[in-house]
Amino acid sequence: MTSQVDQSEAVDGPDGDESRPGSGDGRPGAAVPAGPAAPGGSPPRRSKPIRRLDRVIIRFAGDSGDGMQLTGDRFTSETASFGNDLSTLPNFPAEIRAPAGTLPGVSSFQLHFADHDILTPGDAPNVLVAMNPAALKANLADLPRGAEIIVNTDEFTKRALTKVGYAADPLADGSLEAYHLHKVPLTTLTLEALKDSGLARKDAERAKNMFALGLLSWMYHRPTRGTETFLRSKFAKKPQIAEANISAFKAGWNFGETTETFAVSYEVPPAKLPAGRYRNISGNLALSYGLIAAAERSGLPLYLGSYPITPASDILHELSRHKNFGVRTFQAEDEIAGIGAALGAAFGGALGVTTTSGPGVALKSETIGLAVSLELPLLIVDIQRGGPSTGLPTKTEQADLLQAMFGRNGEAPVPIVAPATPAECFDAALEAARIAVTYRTPVFLLSDGYLANGSEPWRIPEVDGLPEIDPDFATGPNREDGAFWPYLRDPKTLARPWALPGTPGLEHRIGGIEKQDGTGNISYDPANHDFMVRTRQAKVDGIAVPEVEVDDPSGEARVLVLGWGSTYGPITAAVRRVRADGGEVAQAHLRNLNPFPANLGAVLRSYEKVVVPEMNLGQLALLLRAKYLVDAESYNQVRGLPFKAAQLADVLSAAIGTLDEEDHR
Amino acid sequence: MSESGFPSLHLVPKAEGPQSARDFKTDQEVRWCPGCGDYAVLAAVQGFMPELGIKRENTVFVSGIGCSSRFPYYMNTYGVHSIHGRAPAIATGLASARQDLSVWVVTGDGDALSIGGNHLIHALRRNVNLKILLFNNRIYGLTKGQYSPTSELGKITKSTPMGSLDAPFNPLSLAIGAEASFVARTIDSDRQHLQSVLRAAAAHEGTALVEIYQNCNIFNDGAFEALKEPGTRDEALIRLEHGQPIRYGTDLAGGVFRGPDGELFTAPVTADNEADVLVHDAHAASPATAFALSRIADADTLHHTPIGVLRDVRRPVYGELMASQLATAAAHRGPGDLATLLAGNDTWTVD
Repeated sequence: MTSQVDQSEAVDGPDGDESRPGSGDGRPGAAVPAGPAAPGGSPPRRSKPIRRLDRVIIRFAGDSGDGMQLTGDRFTSETASFGNDLSTLPNFPAEIRAPAGTLPGVSSFQLHFADHDILTPGDAPNVLVAMNPAALKANLADLPRGAEIIVNTDEFTKRALTKVGYAADPLADGSLEAYHLHKVPLTTLTLEALKDSGLARKDAERAKNMFALGLLSWMYHRPTRGTETFLRSKFAKKPQIAEANISAFKAGWNFGETTETFAVSYEVPPAKLPAGRYRNISGNLALSYGLIAAAERSGLPLYLGSYPITPASDILHELSRHKNFGVRTFQAEDEIAGIGAALGAAFGGALGVTTTSGPGVALKSETIGLAVSLELPLLIVDIQRGGPSTGLPTKTEQADLLQAMFGRNGEAPVPIVAPATPAECFDAALEAARIAVTYRTPVFLLSDGYLANGSEPWRIPEVDGLPEIDPDFATGPNREDGAFWPYLRDPKTLARPWALPGTPGLEHRIGGIEKQDGTGNISYDPANHDFMVRTRQAKVDGIAVPEVEVDDPSGEARVLVLGWGSTYGPITAAVRRVRADGGEVAQAHLRNLNPFPANLGAVLRSYEKVVVPEMNLGQLALLLRAKYLVDAESYNQVRGLPFKAAQLADVLSAAIGTLDEEDHR
Repeated sequence: MSESGFPSLHLVPKAEGPQSARDFKTDQEVRWCPGCGDYAVLAAVQGFMPELGIKRENTVFVSGIGCSSRFPYYMNTYGVHSIHGRAPAIATGLASARQDLSVWVVTGDGDALSIGGNHLIHALRRNVNLKILLFNNRIYGLTKGQYSPTSELGKITKSTPMGSLDAPFNPLSLAIGAEASFVARTIDSDRQHLQSVLRAAAAHEGTALVEIYQNCNIFNDGAFEALKEPGTRDEALIRLEHGQPIRYGTDLAGGVFRGPDGELFTAPVTADNEADVLVHDAHAASPATAFALSRIADADTLHHTPIGVLRDVRRPVYGELMASQLATAAAHRGPGDLATLLAGNDTWTVD
């Protein structure tokens, strides 16, 4: 039921990823005369020819300490403010500073930007910036023929080459003939540019990433003012360092403009996105904002109990910066205390949240079960990473679905919400909070490392248009005799009343021992337990969630591809490719994993074949098969990296082909 | 009781009228074994609560798992009976989110010192405004009689037929080592003393750890008999009172002294050494003497067991620090504006 395709085989060129829906590709167009300056500060005069592209994929790669993530972030910001659509893929080792110049120490940042809407960070880079031989070696296999490679020749010493197993210098032995190689002594040029800065050589050398950024900014006509502002603000207390970085950045730009190494530059016009005000946003930032928004829209103070863990810690960092919103952040002694404090705060009327990754969820399981029993609102945010155990801390995976679904003792149903894109993490946080507060239940929010660190443009929502969440606290007795029963349910939602300490007359005791229906008193009665177990399940099953939408433009498709979570980008890109080639395929994507949308069964049964790509060994497929008795076909990969669009397109085409063959048999 | 009597409750709303022990009893049948020390503690706590003079609905009891952890069901306040060992963590979230509550944790030697040891020490170091009542009966009761982290070495139990191999914790030494700002010990059978310690704990700003020696008459009966028998108790107990010389025994014939090496020791008080009897200072900045006192009892006979408040010092309270950071942030940056936050400072417009 599972199949494996090595993704390196699926890469088929710089235009191998999603292209403009219907037509277009990533090949350079004809050189056009220099156009008007890009907005935001690039010098207006261009002395070299400019080519227009519809999209570009760039990968910055270097040592963990080379500042590649920062370089990628800055290029992304420049690109976002220019108005391209974009998608990013940071990829870095778990070690903070792995041994310098080694393959395991390579850190990279891939950015895909275009003049039309795109969905993935791209399969194969058009441009690789390699800061050392390790970065070249680690990334070369992903490059299609004809790609541009910019290398820092200063780092290609005999010793550095030997360290990564190069017997001969790849820059000289002809092995890179299939590529456009740009040999640039980045370190030397940076040192030269900073020779009057007064910085020690070691400090000056560290600005070489900004030199590279300047060069790439020239190549792709990126606005530069934002980066200068950023550097001045980042190094506000070290103006000398700030100016040095800006000097290196400008030197890189000028190097592109003046030297013969680079004959042309490229222009990718802004994308035509829906009207509105935009910003660039990563998944973890969007999720943090979603939590603050949920607190504001519910009137509940936000309380985060958390223990640092990759790749979730950024949410703790972000929320701790917003205390002026009344946000309390508690860095606990362990994962268990993190969720315990959040649950305690929820008992007191806060919007309790805990953030973690898979290993942390395992530790929190017992407390999640308690929250199921107490029937209190609580958000458990799981930024999934490669498992089992410590697994791949900095890499993505979606293998915690069944843990979220079933990973507790007893019958302990928990609703699950999963965003599909980085920006959607904002909406998912609001949706998870809505369910938690409305139904008095813990809710899982399943993001992953790819969504967390990836970013995309986000149309900034109007605050007034965000959903309102009504905590509907209990204010008085709910029995005619003046008593208060903590488990007397709302007949429609089956939610129990949420009575806060400090409310007179509603004093009550709740706990993890089975409770008598209604009164909440301890009960070991067999019939009552059976009733309570079924009632808790019915409450979760009855949660109102939006229907799943099916994209089937012709209505003729026989194959449905169904995904959840961060596979949305590559699946959608693959669907576009299949359709561009004349294939018929329907697509649906789940944001609610528990309960499933009410129409899901009917949707699944209306297609002859259902393909379910997942970055696990078939966890959603297992649930679909169990619940709907459909022959869902899994396609799986657990490489710590997202699917590639080309790879999924092949899978979908093959599925369509199989049906056609069966017809002819 | 005047407001100043319980500074830790200055943010908790005051009761409108007098309360009685009866107000704090629930309609639930108390289900401890007949003769259990927990009954006496429950009665003492219910009898003490009216003294606080705060609204009953602003009181919360949080417990973990174990015999003592059934306690919240019998208190007519808000209550959470949580899971094994986690009560300090849950109570930390509640107390740091709600300064208008009086939050009590009820736990046992297994719950607090074994499965929940980590949460206990971190609550103590943070100085969260919690009153932790640690019922120590030196045995696992609810699971029917296995040795606990306070059981003596060599203890014969169902799980240790040849004797336990684990050296026990001294809960008070542990608490003092964990930077506790208030550490006290009392005994289930001495209602007056128990309530006096509760009074001091309730007044303390921050985490108060009260160890209550509690008899499990089913699985570890008589564990503290030496401290209770009329014939031995005067010799065995050292009643600590702040500012008073530390003396004990019939006619206060014994005293605690500091030796030339700095160690504490007990000895008969004579006319010659009477001036050298150590005067108890619960407010001493250094925890050294309190730590030494916590270890002065004879581990086998329990002779010279100090009860009362060993340590009571002022330290910033966690919830107040947290609230003050929120207030500072709002004062410096203004109350949060969601639209401004969402927009950030790097936007572009598509027409």
